Amino acid sequence: MIYAILRRFGQMLFVMFGISVIVFLIFFATPGADPAARIAGRNASPEVLTAVRHSFGFDQPLYVQYTRMMEKIFVTGDLTSFVNRGWKVVPAVLDSIPVTLSLVFGAAILWVVVSIVIGIVAAATRDSWLDKLLMALGLLGISMPVYWLGEVMNLITQSRYHDSWAFSWVPPLGYKNFSDDPKGWFLTLVIPWITLAILYIGIYGRVLRAAIIESLQEDYIRTARAKGLSETRILLRHALRTSLIAFVTLFGLDFGALVGGSALLTEVVFGLNGIGKLTYDALQNLDLPMIMATVMYASMFVVIANAVVDFVYILLDPRLRAS
Amino acid sequence: MILSVRDLRVSFRTNEGLVRAIDGVSFDLEESEILGVVGESGSGKTVSLLAVMGLITDPNAVIDGSIRYKGRELVGLPPRELRRLRGNEIAMIFQDPMTALTPVYTIGWQIAEQIRAHRGVSKAKAMQRVEQLLAEVNFPNPHEAMSRYPHQLSGGMRQRAVIAMALSCDPALLVADEPTTALDVTVQAGILDLVRKLRATHKSAVVFITHDMGVVSELADRVMVMYAGRVVERGTRTELFSDPRHPYTRALLGSIPPLTGDKPRRLPAIPGSPPSLLRLPQGCAFGPRCPVRYEPCEADKPSLGSGAHAAACFREAQA
Repeated sequence: MIYAILRRFGQMLFVMFGISVIVFLIFFATPGADPAARIAGRNASPEVLTAVRHSFGFDQPLYVQYTRMMEKIFVTGDLTSFVNRGWKVVPAVLDSIPVTLSLVFGAAILWVVVSIVIGIVAAATRDSWLDKLLMALGLLGISMPVYWLGEVMNLITQSRYHDSWAFSWVPPLGYKNFSDDPKGWFLTLVIPWITLAILYIGIYGRVLRAAIIESLQEDYIRTARAKGLSETRILLRHALRTSLIAFVTLFGLDFGALVGGSALLTEVVFGLNGIGKLTYDALQNLDLPMIMATVMYASMFVVIANAVVDFVYILLDPRLRAS
Repeated sequence: MILSVRDLRVSFRTNEGLVRAIDGVSFDLEESEILGVVGESGSGKTVSLLAVMGLITDPNAVIDGSIRYKGRELVGLPPRELRRLRGNEIAMIFQDPMTALTPVYTIGWQIAEQIRAHRGVSKAKAMQRVEQLLAEVNFPNPHEAMSRYPHQLSGGMRQRAVIAMALSCDPALLVADEPTTALDVTVQAGILDLVRKLRATHKSAVVFITHDMGVVSELADRVMVMYAGRVVERGTRTELFSDPRHPYTRALLGSIPPLTGDKPRRLPAIPGSPPSLLRLPQGCAFGPRCPVRYEPCEADKPSLGSGAHAAACFREAQA
């Protein structure tokens, strides 16, 4: 077990190394483009250009450039954004991590819990009006784009009905640090959590329902019935348990992507300065050091999420434990 | 009398009309008796026993007739009551041990689950019982086997685990649905020995479904031959093998290669194939494949006589 974990950890490091090399090559070694000019930004003076060239090692071989870049990101942490006039990149990324993590973790808890309940209820009452209603609502949730839903949420809770009893508790947009103001942190995030979770509740609820219904056709469910178990026990201990594997796969992919910046639209709509927003702004300004740092960060989370999924697999499915 | 089935009918509503899978099946089972149920695929042998177990979950199934277990009517019994019998007094062994166990739990856990569903015992007590059961079905190392997952066991071992599970609550009636079909021949023999031994120790009555005449001749006290949802012949094993009366039974026995004497160049086969249950002939369902059919066979369905050894055939009634 320990060995398996260590091996998986080694694989993770290797994948991240690969990603860092590819990203580095795309942005800094594209033929015909001068990365120094990009980094220095428009209208940079020749002195700045020379300084950039020297500090990033662009006058030296590629592997030196790569090592310098990684050193600036991971060791000294002094990677500087010239586009944003001396803004330190690493602290900027570190500052936006808690925002994105708060948003995505909260939404993930919400969507996992709600979609498991929906999936079970819909599968248990298959083809009834309740099942049909839940699946229709799920489809509705999937169909509503998050930027539109977010704006509608804001329209209702921030402006139209803000003064009514229902939404007067909603604080203005923006992020509050958990350590400064836990209650404010929670209240500002409630509406973003719901908004982000709705899409995934729809997808996961439908996926889980289908998986449970498929498991219910299996021979071992008939065995469970022949054992004289209650329908509830058959559903929860036998059908649900074997259905969670597909669910976990999907969760690992979505969670990793969201933490890595895919929650951009939600972040923008609710004025949360998270990783997505940071990456988006960096791309707008062609802020190469910032892009490099955020991509490294995002890949790290995707890779970690995938590793965690692999471990959960092993917990869920003993058949994978053998080798 | 453990089980008494009278005029059991099971139909399924389909897009193409009502399919009658079981059409008036009756049989009795005495305590610790082994009844062999023989027939081709689709002859209704599995469906009739699933009906006994109350395991036909298809919402389009219609079940008629009477199934009495120890005098108690099972047809129309509330699910909760039926569940108390299932796994406890009536247990089932399934055809394919590869898929019959939930892949994510250990053997021990799955057997203990059944024990605890019916007996209010502690987990430790249940586990003790599991170890005892696994020893009884000849697991070489029962204690270790308890913590094995199904995929870690061979087919024969899994079937032993399924049998141990079926026996866990000392059922009075054991339904075995082709338990040896998916196994190698050598493993089959072991399982048959096991069933015989367990019948002796647990005093369970056994309904043994199979399409293998050889298995029936080794194991069964009485035999029931089914064709297209009906019983075509019943009798004791000796009666049936020494004096088969229905042409279908004769044909089945004729297609077993003889162990002694000259081997036939070609094994005789029954011409044609079983009829579709959607388009059963008006007369005898075996009629179109029958070597001795004559006029009455086309007009009416022959009924099974009331004797202990009886065949549903007009030729038989004539003789």
